[in-house]
Amino acid sequence: MDRPIRVLVAKPGLDGHDRGAKVVARALRDAGMEVIYTGLRQTPQQIVAAAIQEDVDVVAMSILSGAHNHLFPKVVQILKDEGAEDILIVGGGVIPEDDIPGLKEAGVKEIFTPGTATTDVIEFIKNNVKRK
Amino acid sequence: MQLEEKLLNGDKRGCAKLISMVENNDKEAIDIIKKLYNHTGNAHIIGITGPPGGGKSTLTDRLAKALRKEDKKIGIIAIDPTSPFSGGSILGDRIRMNDLSLDKEVFIRSMGTRGYLGGLSKATQGAVKLLDIFGCDYIFIETVGVGQSEVDIVKTADTVIMVMVPGLGDDIQAIKAGVMEIGDIFAINKSDLMGASKTATEIKMMLDMSDNMERRPPVLQVTAIKNEGIDKLVDEIKNQMNYLEESNELYERRKNNAKTEIIKLVEEDIINLILKKNESIGMLDDIAHEVAIKVLDPYTAKDRVFNSIKEL
Ligand SMILES: Nc1nc2c(ncn2[C@@H]2O[C@H](COP(=O)(O)OP(=O)(O)O)[C@@H](O)[C@H]2O)c(=O)[nH]1
Ligand SMILES: [Mg+2]
Repeated sequence: MDRPIRVLVAKPGLDGHDRGAKVVARALRDAGMEVIYTGLRQTPQQIVAAAIQEDVDVVAMSILSGAHNHLFPKVVQILKDEGAEDILIVGGGVIPEDDIPGLKEAGVKEIFTPGTATTDVIEFIKNNVKRK
Repeated sequence: MQLEEKLLNGDKRGCAKLISMVENNDKEAIDIIKKLYNHTGNAHIIGITGPPGGGKSTLTDRLAKALRKEDKKIGIIAIDPTSPFSGGSILGDRIRMNDLSLDKEVFIRSMGTRGYLGGLSKATQGAVKLLDIFGCDYIFIETVGVGQSEVDIVKTADTVIMVMVPGLGDDIQAIKAGVMEIGDIFAINKSDLMGASKTATEIKMMLDMSDNMERRPPVLQVTAIKNEGIDKLVDEIKNQMNYLEESNELYERRKNNAKTEIIKLVEEDIINLILKKNESIGMLDDIAHEVAIKVLDPYTAKDRVFNSIKEL
């Protein structure tokens, strides 16, 4: 049996809502993925440490607080520093259209804004994950 | 051999990759374990089991923190059940252990109970060996005390901590039937809630009734979220290890576990041989057909299968 895709679902930043993250986590599970859920208020360092120990294929982050322009690129950078740039990074949450190109430039592969169907997230991950 | 060096040097990414590889039955990872097997044996392996929501992850977090104060290196393997519907899972044990993520001397790995090649226990035991080589002084294996495979895993530990909670009531009877015998230490968690001392008394009474025990398991009340009773539990973990070492029971347990492990590995190879043979000639289907239409009995069928793999 093939190893299922392993995804770290993380909530960086200070906002205290993880409904969206949980919906995504459940959808990924129902698509047969192994989701490691780490809960609220994770620092970029914690997210990277967990991603490395869990040897995940994907890091999926969600932010509602508006700190995405700082926190998403930070996670990308630390993962790179650790030599783990093969991990697929996606983001979601309340993110203005104008910020999306910059985030993609920084290495976030895709940004999912509110209203995105979970099936689209699943499709994107399946098509873009680098299997080892 | 880069991965091997990384593991020996305590590199987390190397260790994490190797755990993924043993999960997938990868030959390179198995070869590394073979080569470095003499580096195992240092770690005290502790199974943490009990009902879902009992506070196993919270307690593991507190135990790890207490042992970190003594500068011990800690490995944690947290096993959560996989959804039977999709094969996927949400592994949430890390939520209770987030402060440990950044500690250089702590390694946490979550595992689902997915359909592993060779079973969950094989994957877990591989991961335990890797963490042992990685240099951990203590390795905690957290599993829900429900399915047989989870109980099997916990049995591979040197020491088993049964986590109970107040107000289990009749559930204690059910737990007693299955897993009461495997607990070396009983920790009644959530002792801030009503009924904890009653639960402790009930468990003590049950222990009084069973007689075939080498060592009477201590029963402790703890409150993991308030970090109460943790030092006492750490003391009991150490007492247990001293007892195991001094009584030669550690050797006995490890020998027993090795026996079970070897038999399982051989069993797996034999089954793989049968399946491989079956692939080439369709033997199993043909024989099953004959048994189904009653021209052959299953015992003779077994002999035939067995003889055919001996020829391989
Ligand atoms: N009242 C109380 N709740 C606790 C205690 N320890 C853990 N919990 C809570 O019990 C719930 C389940 O804890 P968790 O460690 O995830 O349990 P597990 O499923 O056995 O790993 C969480 O909400 C914890 O905060 C305790 O000592 N007292
Ligand atoms: Mg848990």
